[in-house]
Amino acid sequence: MLRKITIGQYYSIESFIHKLDPRVKLFATLMYVISLFVVNNWAGYLLGALALAVYIRASKVPLSFIMRGLKPIIFLLCFSVLFNLFLTDGGKVLISFWIIKITTEGVKSAFFMGIRLIMLIIGSSIMTYTTTPNQLTDAMEKSLGFLNKVKVPVHELAMMMSIALRFIPILVEETDKIMKAQLARGANFEEGNLIQRAKAMVPILVPLFISAFRRATDLALAMEARCYHGGDGRTKMKPLKYKRCDYMMYAAFAIYFASMLGSRFLPL
Amino acid sequence: MSFIKLLKLVHNYVTIDEDGEVEEVNRAVDGVDAEINEGEFVAILGHNGSGKSTLAKHLNGLLFPDEGTVWIGGYDTKEEENLLKIRQTTGMVFQNPDNQIIGSIVEEDVAFGLENIGVETEKIWKRVAESLEAVGMTAYREQSPNRLSGGQKQRVAIAGVMAMRPKCIILDESTAMLDPVGRKEVIQTISQLNKEEGITVILITHYMEEAVCADRVFVMHEGHLVMEGNPREIFSQVETLKSYHLDVPQVTELAYELNKEGIMLPSDILTVDEMVDILCQLD
Repeated sequence: MLRKITIGQYYSIESFIHKLDPRVKLFATLMYVISLFVVNNWAGYLLGALALAVYIRASKVPLSFIMRGLKPIIFLLCFSVLFNLFLTDGGKVLISFWIIKITTEGVKSAFFMGIRLIMLIIGSSIMTYTTTPNQLTDAMEKSLGFLNKVKVPVHELAMMMSIALRFIPILVEETDKIMKAQLARGANFEEGNLIQRAKAMVPILVPLFISAFRRATDLALAMEARCYHGGDGRTKMKPLKYKRCDYMMYAAFAIYFASMLGSRFLPL
Repeated sequence: MSFIKLLKLVHNYVTIDEDGEVEEVNRAVDGVDAEINEGEFVAILGHNGSGKSTLAKHLNGLLFPDEGTVWIGGYDTKEEENLLKIRQTTGMVFQNPDNQIIGSIVEEDVAFGLENIGVETEKIWKRVAESLEAVGMTAYREQSPNRLSGGQKQRVAIAGVMAMRPKCIILDESTAMLDPVGRKEVIQTISQLNKEEGITVILITHYMEEAVCADRVFVMHEGHLVMEGNPREIFSQVETLKSYHLDVPQVTELAYELNKEGIMLPSDILTVDEMVDILCQLD
């Protein structure tokens, strides 16, 4: 079940976006999310969608792969769309039935909410599709480096994150194994009410935790054996360096963001 | 002075109960004296709990002697400023291949040690390429380690150690979790490194067949170093080995049993080929 989730996975292909410095992508994604909350009219959404389309095209990630990534959040999406649809007042009343009342404003805001969420998720998932987890943690380590001055252990946090990401597939596999072992002994994870099901998870979680701790001890030893001693004096195999296309991307993004701000004043 | 020298090495595992009182002292290594020369291939054999893994961790500065001294390439492991130097000189490959790979791409994992000791970027690339070549894993350099087989993962781990240009590699039961194919891969890789690059190899194992290709064999029992010699000397003493709960290679055992039945064979046969040769000469 856990394996079907494509959101947050890396999609290996050569493209302009893949080659960009991860810091650019991190920053662009952050600003894109903000820009989506800035817009308030059709022109803005159109511009946002247009930018996203160009971004997807340049990343060469197939659209079907991206759409599959949306699946796990469909529930959340419907939920927020329906909420907006029924609970927004104002405008002309379209349907009024029992306690349900749908207004033109409601339709509009539900529609915008849906579009906004979809664009938001696609926009940020493109970043993970085109950036390896290691590049991403590198980018965070480098761009948050200033926090070191206020005694935030940035390097250690980044290292923890990249190790965690590396161990996700291993732990997923292990969970699978433990589940099968418990099923073979007659455990039942499918039936019963919520509390019973939650209780049924205990025999999975306990061995999983024990094994995770054991792995952690082993890994710490292996890291120490390979001379790991924190971030001091550490060099990088793949240091982050801005290239021309990275600056170009920053410039392009600045223009996009400015026009997003500008779109607020358009009459549409 | 020889490359690795142990002098009366003692290591205790101390169990402390809830009140902070010493509950139990378990002496894992008890007064071991040993010397290993540069370029040697040494196998350390021993039953579970014989102290062989504890001994290995002393050779890499992961544990420190409670009594006695360990010198690695002339450095005393007890002095903290020598630690990084020692860990560079003797690399260590562990048992579980999954729990020692840190990078999410093969080449990044091989580079991990080099990044730690502050090698410049261009040199990292060069050395990573070299050591992946040395273990025959160049074709996988951009893959995720999760997709590799156990034997391949261990070879990546060996490459990670090799990249740091060590003088010695310690394999702490590195073949224990592998299938026969993977075991063969790993043993071939390290014997090649030993012969071609002159790397000192210390192989800790409980597969007797692997110890056959070593120059010298140490046998550990209850924390003591009880036997030492070349494989032929060691494995011909079938009964002594059995008293330490160890087996001998299958072929040697066969020769021993045949001898008992009155068929006179040399007692130091180690490989199937030797056995075939000798059996064919019998009339």
